[in-house]
Amino acid sequence: MFLNQFLLFAAVLFSIGVYGVLTRRNGVLVLMSIELILNAVNINLIAFAAYNQDLSGQVFALFIIAVAAAEVGVGLAIVLLIYRNRRSIDITEQNALRG
Amino acid sequence: MLGAELVTQTPWIFETVWLIPGIMAASFMLILFFGKRLPQKGAEIGIAAIIAAFALSSFATYTWISEINSGSEAESYEALPAATAPIGFGSAVVEPIAFAGEEGVVRGAPIITEYEWFSVTDPMQESVAAKSSAPAIGIGTWVDGQSIMMLFVVTFISMLVHIYSTEYVSGDRRYTHYFAFLSLFTASMLFMVLSTSTIQLIVGWELVGVCSFALIGHWWEDKPNSDAALKAFLTNRVGDIGLLVGMIILFFAAGNSFSIEKINQMAVLSGEDGGISQGVLLAASLCLMAAVMSKSGQFILHTWLPDAMAGPTPVSALIHAATMVVAGVYMIGRLYPVFWEGLSIYGSNINAMAFIGGLTTVGGGLLAFVQRDIKKVLAYSTVSQLGYMVMALGVGAYTAGMFHLFTHAFFKACLFLGAGSLSHACHHSFDMKKDMGGLRKKMPLTFATFMIGSLALAGLPPLAGFWSKDEILVGAGVWPGTEGNGTYHIPFIFGCITAALTAAYMTRVIWLTFFGKYRGHEEPHESSWRIRMPLVLLAGFATVAGFLNMPSGFVSAVGLPKSWAHKFEDWVEPEGVSTFVSKAQNGFTHAKPSLSLAIVASGLVLISIAVVWTYYKKLFAKDEMATEYTDGFMSRMPLLATGHKILTNKYYLDHLYTDKIAGTTKGSLAKVSYWFNQNVLDAIVNSAGSVSAAAGRALYKHFDQGVIDNAVNSSAGAASSSGGVLRRLQSGQVRQYASLMFGAAVLIAVVFVFALGERG
Amino acid sequence: MTDFLNDWGITLMVFTPLVAAFAMMLLPGKPDIIHKQVALGASTLTAVWGALLLFNFDYDSASVMQFGVDRSWIDVVNARYDVGIDGISLPLIALTLFVVPLVILYSWNHIPKPGNAKAFLILTLILHTGMLGTFVARDLVLFFVFFEVVLLPMYFMIGVWGGEQRLYAAIKFFLYTLFGSALMLVSFLALYWLTGSETFNMAQLAELVSTSDIALGTQVLIFGGMFMGFGIKVPMFPFHTWLPDAHTQAPTQGSVILAAVLLKLGTYGFIRIALPILPDAAVEWAPWIGLLAVIGIIYGALGCLAQTDMKRLIAFSSVAHMGYVMLGISTLTSFGISAAIFGMVAHGLITGMLFFIAGSVKDRYHTLEISRLGGLLVQAPRMGWILGFTTMASLGLPGLAGFWGEFPAILAAYNPGGGLSQPLFRVYMVVAAIGTVLAAAYLLWLLQRTAFGNPSEEFADNPEITDASKLEYISWVPFLIMIVVLGFVPGLIFDVADAPVSEMAEVWVVK
Repeated sequence: MFLNQFLLFAAVLFSIGVYGVLTRRNGVLVLMSIELILNAVNINLIAFAAYNQDLSGQVFALFIIAVAAAEVGVGLAIVLLIYRNRRSIDITEQNALRG
Repeated sequence: MLGAELVTQTPWIFETVWLIPGIMAASFMLILFFGKRLPQKGAEIGIAAIIAAFALSSFATYTWISEINSGSEAESYEALPAATAPIGFGSAVVEPIAFAGEEGVVRGAPIITEYEWFSVTDPMQESVAAKSSAPAIGIGTWVDGQSIMMLFVVTFISMLVHIYSTEYVSGDRRYTHYFAFLSLFTASMLFMVLSTSTIQLIVGWELVGVCSFALIGHWWEDKPNSDAALKAFLTNRVGDIGLLVGMIILFFAAGNSFSIEKINQMAVLSGEDGGISQGVLLAASLCLMAAVMSKSGQFILHTWLPDAMAGPTPVSALIHAATMVVAGVYMIGRLYPVFWEGLSIYGSNINAMAFIGGLTTVGGGLLAFVQRDIKKVLAYSTVSQLGYMVMALGVGAYTAGMFHLFTHAFFKACLFLGAGSLSHACHHSFDMKKDMGGLRKKMPLTFATFMIGSLALAGLPPLAGFWSKDEILVGAGVWPGTEGNGTYHIPFIFGCITAALTAAYMTRVIWLTFFGKYRGHEEPHESSWRIRMPLVLLAGFATVAGFLNMPSGFVSAVGLPKSWAHKFEDWVEPEGVSTFVSKAQNGFTHAKPSLSLAIVASGLVLISIAVVWTYYKKLFAKDEMATEYTDGFMSRMPLLATGHKILTNKYYLDHLYTDKIAGTTKGSLAKVSYWFNQNVLDAIVNSAGSVSAAAGRALYKHFDQGVIDNAVNSSAGAASSSGGVLRRLQSGQVRQYASLMFGAAVLIAVVFVFALGERG
Repeated sequence: MTDFLNDWGITLMVFTPLVAAFAMMLLPGKPDIIHKQVALGASTLTAVWGALLLFNFDYDSASVMQFGVDRSWIDVVNARYDVGIDGISLPLIALTLFVVPLVILYSWNHIPKPGNAKAFLILTLILHTGMLGTFVARDLVLFFVFFEVVLLPMYFMIGVWGGEQRLYAAIKFFLYTLFGSALMLVSFLALYWLTGSETFNMAQLAELVSTSDIALGTQVLIFGGMFMGFGIKVPMFPFHTWLPDAHTQAPTQGSVILAAVLLKLGTYGFIRIALPILPDAAVEWAPWIGLLAVIGIIYGALGCLAQTDMKRLIAFSSVAHMGYVMLGISTLTSFGISAAIFGMVAHGLITGMLFFIAGSVKDRYHTLEISRLGGLLVQAPRMGWILGFTTMASLGLPGLAGFWGEFPAILAAYNPGGGLSQPLFRVYMVVAAIGTVLAAAYLLWLLQRTAFGNPSEEFADNPEITDASKLEYISWVPFLIMIVVLGFVPGLIFDVADAPVSEMAEVWVVK
């Protein structure tokens, strides 16, 4: 079947996402990278659902999309607040939680 | 609980003697709460109470004596089998107890009224069902000759001391507390005297000790006084270990009983007959002996007694001479079978108590020589006389010991109160050498009473001390013709030496205080009647008390009625003592008085008085202000052995009594004893304190704080430092967390793929 | 009335303080007087409920649990709200009911720095509930809950109102005790699982253990867990080091409650839980407990001799005194355990009183350095004689309460139950007896240095140093009265405790 291609595609997407999360200093870009990771997962889920003829994977994917939307909402709100307070959205500068 | 049901015709007073300590306890509370508001600051309550207590005690004594006198004599002696328990130590052997006037009367049997204080389940019970045999911890009154005698003595002396104190401590800032504690002391002493159970005894014993603590430290503003109080209490506490442990051993040995009556009964039975075995008795009596040694100032635990003189003088008279310190002697008498059986050296006729007493009596006597402080002389003399009493009980002369306790109380109280009177006159100093001298003319009455007391203490006939001392020496039973039972040569010799010593040091005191020239400043004056009256009364008793127990031979020789002989013995001695045969077959009987012994002993006393007398006479002839020779007999130090020769060889007298006897005794020997006392015995006590404090400090510093606490702290420290390491991970950089997370995910993925994946 | 008490008596008694504490939370913080009145009223009301219970208690069957209430509580774990009073818990409940109102009364004008009477009294009342609850609980989970409830208020009392090193002391106290509790909880759970029981009821567990075939080694381990939990609370040597710190740093009221009641939770746990449920393991442990007890007696006394701080000295004396209590328990005889119960009450009264005095001395002199004190009897005669009286009681003077905790414990050690080694326990007996001398030494030393002599120049004319105020007097005199009463009528406790204790000790009777 053509499952492999989907999985490879998802893996590439995931890796790009991870790369983005780890290297981007801009908070918005980090959020976008997280979105990429989530969507890589979604692709996997849908691919497997199609492969196994099982709908639950698609349901999960929908669920994740919903959660991701919420997450982005909250995330952007946080970024906005950070910007308001610090005039910067460089996350390397946000180390108030340092132990 | 026991006696109350058995004895039906007991005179009411014997069942209500609890009133006597009760009155004094009530007086204590009243003085404490209301004393300060009264015009006499509470003294009136104390005096009223003690007079009431004395009246009741006198009535009890009178009733006891008349019951004894009306009882039929001697029948019971034969009725007793030879080896039976001495019924005087416990009433339940002969049942039911009938009192005087009945058939088959047993005179002098104790009347025990006991109530249950509280009860607990028998510690070694077979089952809960057996709770009926639970040891009831009894509290009550034990009336017999011995306790009646103590009731009389304690209340009498306490009464005089109360009266005396109104003058002596008047104006004291703690006048009220002083009287409160006098009352409490009297109450607890009487409570102890009337004990029916060992618990009651312990309670009374300790309460007495606390009163002593409070009264020794009465003037606690000065550190030496509170030091003395502490020392007294702690030394007694050391003895109390023995008391507690000994009583515990007896409790279990007597089948879980605190009852003195039961313990005594079982002590005389042999192990096979269900009694207590010799070994257990030995352990118990050794422990109890430690308590006796501390409370009654026996050698080596006597060191507190002289220091206790830091208290007010009337207190010294009451507590540290006449009453409290004899508590130990009293306990030996109360638990006589235990001590007698326990301390008998097995397989011989010898009882170890005699040697403890003997050693004390000489040791104390020697120490009395080197004191400058008149009260300390008297204190050491008390130690010595207590040794006499213990020795008497040790050689089996029960009555002699109790009789000496009785007479000693009067003349020693007389002497102490006399010393107080002197110090009252000499601006509150007790230093004989510095502040006294020549008081004979200025205080004639004090002089006269002090003289009587001293002679009675020295044991000069016909004063009280003579009769009791003589009886003790006779009781040792080594003098030919006394038909004694033991072979107590050493105690006997010690007793004789002490007789001589006592006479000598008392003569010294008399010379230093009453003869020569007054060395203090300010004119001394005779004290008021409240001080003189007790002195006169006590001197009177010191004169006549001895006639209570005259030997029958003496009575018939002088031509007195025969019934006047050995009254004290009739009244006080528990019935059956004379037929008491112990397990070790060393029963004792009354030794026969010996005229020759009396003469020799009195001779000894006279000689030693004469020696010291001459010494001081010559000294004062040379220099009226001198208190000792200045030309130094120390340089001509004689050998110790000459001390014995001097007494027998008149030829040396002129030369000897200035240098050798007095010199050796007063010089090296006594100084060595005192040095030993202060630097070895006392040092042991002190260093035990400082060592344990140091040990405590070291333990605390190095072990408690250093090891144990450190372990606790370091475990917390370990947690914290490992946290410190981990803390570096907590950088606050979200990206770093994320990379760790991804790294971990990758790691897990690798594990899944390579480790687990191959299997699938 | 009786029916009402049977159903509601204990519950009312235990929770009245808690309800009052909630009510106080709703009230505004100022003025203080309202809170003092409410707290005093609540604790008095609690004492009234308690007095009703004690009055209606059937003393002839003291070994039976009375006023028992058994309701379902947490069904999932089979924990039940199961409470009752018998002869063992009764003296301790009485002690708690007696002490707390007096402590609150003392707080009337002794709220320690930094003030805030509201919070302080709320904590006191929560403590009250916790302590009472521990003494009435018959269910292990319930017991554990109350046992832990006590910790928190005390933690805050020390941590907020304490001395200079209060945080250190509070954390040490909290963690140390919690550590023990954790092990104790493990033991409780082990019992629950190993017996396969459907209950945490103490009596039923005891029965199940005796019929089940749990190996002796396992029982010994389970006992060990309880030993850690209770032993730290007592505290036994060598787990005592939290105590001096906690006592020294705690405010006066905290010290009093800590000494008077809190320490007894540990010994009570031994008597109520560890011994009856695991009698065989107790026999294995007894020689060691006895050993630690006598070491504690001597060690505590030596520690006292080394102290320079009055409060710390009194704290160390607790180690010694609780040693007697533990010695009594370790003899496994009815007399010894009765003595332990007596000793708990006596120690509570006496040491509580000593801490009161120490607190008041601190208020006046602002120091407890023994070397700087002196002449208390001159400057404050009443406080001086109360101190003297209490030290006498503390050193075990017959005729006062302390003696009846000590002497019977020593006596019982002569002949221990459960087939324990007699020579060993006789050695303990002698060592414990020697401890009485040391006790006299350090207490009299304390008395001499603080009360006797003349006041030092530093404090000679200090107007702050006044005699005991009326309020102090009112809150102390009941202590003194009880010390005397118990000294002369020891039957008050022995008679109550004897029946249940001897029933419990029957297993160890040497046949």
